[in-house]
Amino acid sequence: MKYFRLIWKNAWRKKIRTSLTILSVFVAFLLFALLSAIGFAFRGGVDVADAERLIVIDKISLINPIPISYLNRIAATEGVEFVTHASWFGGYYQEPRNQFGQFPVNPQTYFNMYPEFNMPAEQFEAFKSNRSGAVVGQELADTYGWKIGDRIPIQATIWTKADGGRTWEFDLEGIFSTDDPRGSTALMLFQYDYFEEARAFAKGTVGWYILRVAKGADPVRVANAIDLQFANSPNETKTSTEAAFAQSFTKQFGNIALIVTLILGAVFFTLLLVSGNTMSQSVRERIPELAVLKTLGFGDRGMLGIVLAESILIMLMGGLLGLGVGWVLVQGIAKGMAAFLPGVYLSPAAIAGGVAMMIGAGILAGIFPALTAMRLSIIDALARA
Amino acid sequence: MRGLRQIFAVTWLNLRNLPQRIGSSVVAVIGVAAVVLVFAAVLSMAKGFERTMISAGSDDTAIIMRSGSTSELTSGLSNDQTLIIANAPGVLKDGDTTVMSAELYVIVDVKKKSTNTDANVPFRGVQPGAFEVRNGVTLVEGRMFETGKNEIIIGRAAQREFDGLDTGSTIRFGQTEWRIVGAFEANGSVSESELWTDVRVLQDAYRRGASFQSVRVKLQGPGSLQDLKDALEADPRINPDVMSEKEYYSGQAAPLSRFIKLLGYPLTILMSIGAVFGALNSMYSSVSVRGKEIATLRALGFGPISILFSTMIESTLLALVGGVVGGAAAYLVFNGFQVSTLNGASFSQVVFNFAVTPDLLINGLYAALIIGAFGGLLPAIRAARMPVAQALREL
Repeated sequence: MKYFRLIWKNAWRKKIRTSLTILSVFVAFLLFALLSAIGFAFRGGVDVADAERLIVIDKISLINPIPISYLNRIAATEGVEFVTHASWFGGYYQEPRNQFGQFPVNPQTYFNMYPEFNMPAEQFEAFKSNRSGAVVGQELADTYGWKIGDRIPIQATIWTKADGGRTWEFDLEGIFSTDDPRGSTALMLFQYDYFEEARAFAKGTVGWYILRVAKGADPVRVANAIDLQFANSPNETKTSTEAAFAQSFTKQFGNIALIVTLILGAVFFTLLLVSGNTMSQSVRERIPELAVLKTLGFGDRGMLGIVLAESILIMLMGGLLGLGVGWVLVQGIAKGMAAFLPGVYLSPAAIAGGVAMMIGAGILAGIFPALTAMRLSIIDALARA
Repeated sequence: MRGLRQIFAVTWLNLRNLPQRIGSSVVAVIGVAAVVLVFAAVLSMAKGFERTMISAGSDDTAIIMRSGSTSELTSGLSNDQTLIIANAPGVLKDGDTTVMSAELYVIVDVKKKSTNTDANVPFRGVQPGAFEVRNGVTLVEGRMFETGKNEIIIGRAAQREFDGLDTGSTIRFGQTEWRIVGAFEANGSVSESELWTDVRVLQDAYRRGASFQSVRVKLQGPGSLQDLKDALEADPRINPDVMSEKEYYSGQAAPLSRFIKLLGYPLTILMSIGAVFGALNSMYSSVSVRGKEIATLRALGFGPISILFSTMIESTLLALVGGVVGGAAAYLVFNGFQVSTLNGASFSQVVFNFAVTPDLLINGLYAALIIGAFGGLLPAIRAARMPVAQALREL
């Protein structure tokens, strides 16, 4: 640390060049921050999935409804602690572009299933006792400026009512949130009973079941037991863990996410190459000065350390600035895209990875010049000056 | 005239000793190449997707769905309603029969070859008019499905992308087994991502009774869409959304292509800024290496303008080389590359090819030129203003 001032002075020897290098590193890590946050959203909640929860869907496709009569049969399967269900409503608020997840559910069992959603007890009670009540996540309430007591009209795209109407109105009874910064709360929940009674068709069905595996039971065995039970019935089922379910969705976006990642890897590498090159160039130019330092008594190790530290310092200055600005932007993007692409989040793992990459890149860019400096023969170097 | 000759002479001198500064020049070139590569690659994805979606739609075909549905998947029409549409004004008739196809659109899980996991593949029940209401759909392998039988024909793109869809094989969805009897092409449009069968068979297999989800009709002429719209909207027995097929598919393509562009343009701008820093660095070092040379030229009587231009030209040329390299790489690697993704608007897979189009490449070159100009400007000014005496003394 006592050489910090020397390293600092060295780094700023050519102000323009150092500023430009820092700026390109800044851009690289700004990109890195944005893309890892968006990449996190594309992984679609795989990271927040609960291993004890299983999802039961129709074997042919998620869009096929399953009879509500399966509820008790699934609940009675060995190894199932309890079960709830949800359905896809697929409506929008005011304009078709305002789409977000809306699910008719059984309030009590649904919230038992998802303890990560927190809601004040009195709001929960109000929701349970109002047939046309609804609750929304904090993110959604913020997006549309909803308050408790609001009457929210949702336009159905699928579910016309028995009376032919397409507008479903709900009383907002509660707003829930989650402590997990990775979890999305851009969703709306309302009573299945109301939905079931008012819809025009497909009565007696739900979209999918969600169940919790009893303590000590093997999730794979439970899943197989359920699917076996409904084999050869008109509605065969496919049961998977929440993580596998989320992953299968992510995979549907397919190669696109992978391609974006690959492209970005290339970009990032190039930007680092650009900054690495200028770094080694600037060290080469200073060889006579380094020789003077050696003459003054700096040892080989010291020389190696000073040059490497300078390289790492420049990477850290640009990189941390990039991550910082990226972090601020991600907050904005996450808010702006909450409904369209929920779960945009810059994870601590990504930040740590970023810092590790800065140090790694600093070492890579600095190691050859540093070795040159270390092996420098004073006489030759001074002669070159 | 003399000015031009000077600029030419100095530029030529510059370019000839470029090999001496190869390291930083190559880095600048790579920086620009990466920008153009990523720009063309990301936007070729949006281009390819739009082309696949929009080439499916034609202006002289109308699609009718239940009012308020955002896609065929969420729509629903009764058998009676399809008959009302068949007899509405504006629709083309062939003798006594309307040129139309009332269709059912469901999704089945089929494994994607690339990931070996289930994907939402669209499965469409069609009527015999399906080929007439769509342009350019042709059977290229096997035969047409027979009405009333569990037989499917498969889009070429779906066949390449998903597992177990070869002509001649059978596939099981739930309790029903289907025979694949043929394959069709549709000019690379979204229809090629689909599986087709007889609509009656699909209604039975999915217990949809006699209900449909969309009706496509061929229109008589340019004004017919409005006639049809007016007539159906005035009819109390039906509450439809009527639009041209082209309009429908543009709407279906919009969210995803907007998302890709929303990602692509800021990405390009950010990267361009990074590349400008790279170019600036390389040009500054070029100017400082050539300090003595520039001073000598000035002493010999070359004007500052010729020095300025020569530096700008060097930088622009390097950027242009980068642009060409990046564009060529994008074209070679990505053009025609087939992918499939989940289109949120229809909740089903769309198979499409990346399209690195000429206008993308030209825009990429513009970006390269801008980067080169910005990267060269400040160093060029410095070169032109370099005090001659002082630079020479450093000799």
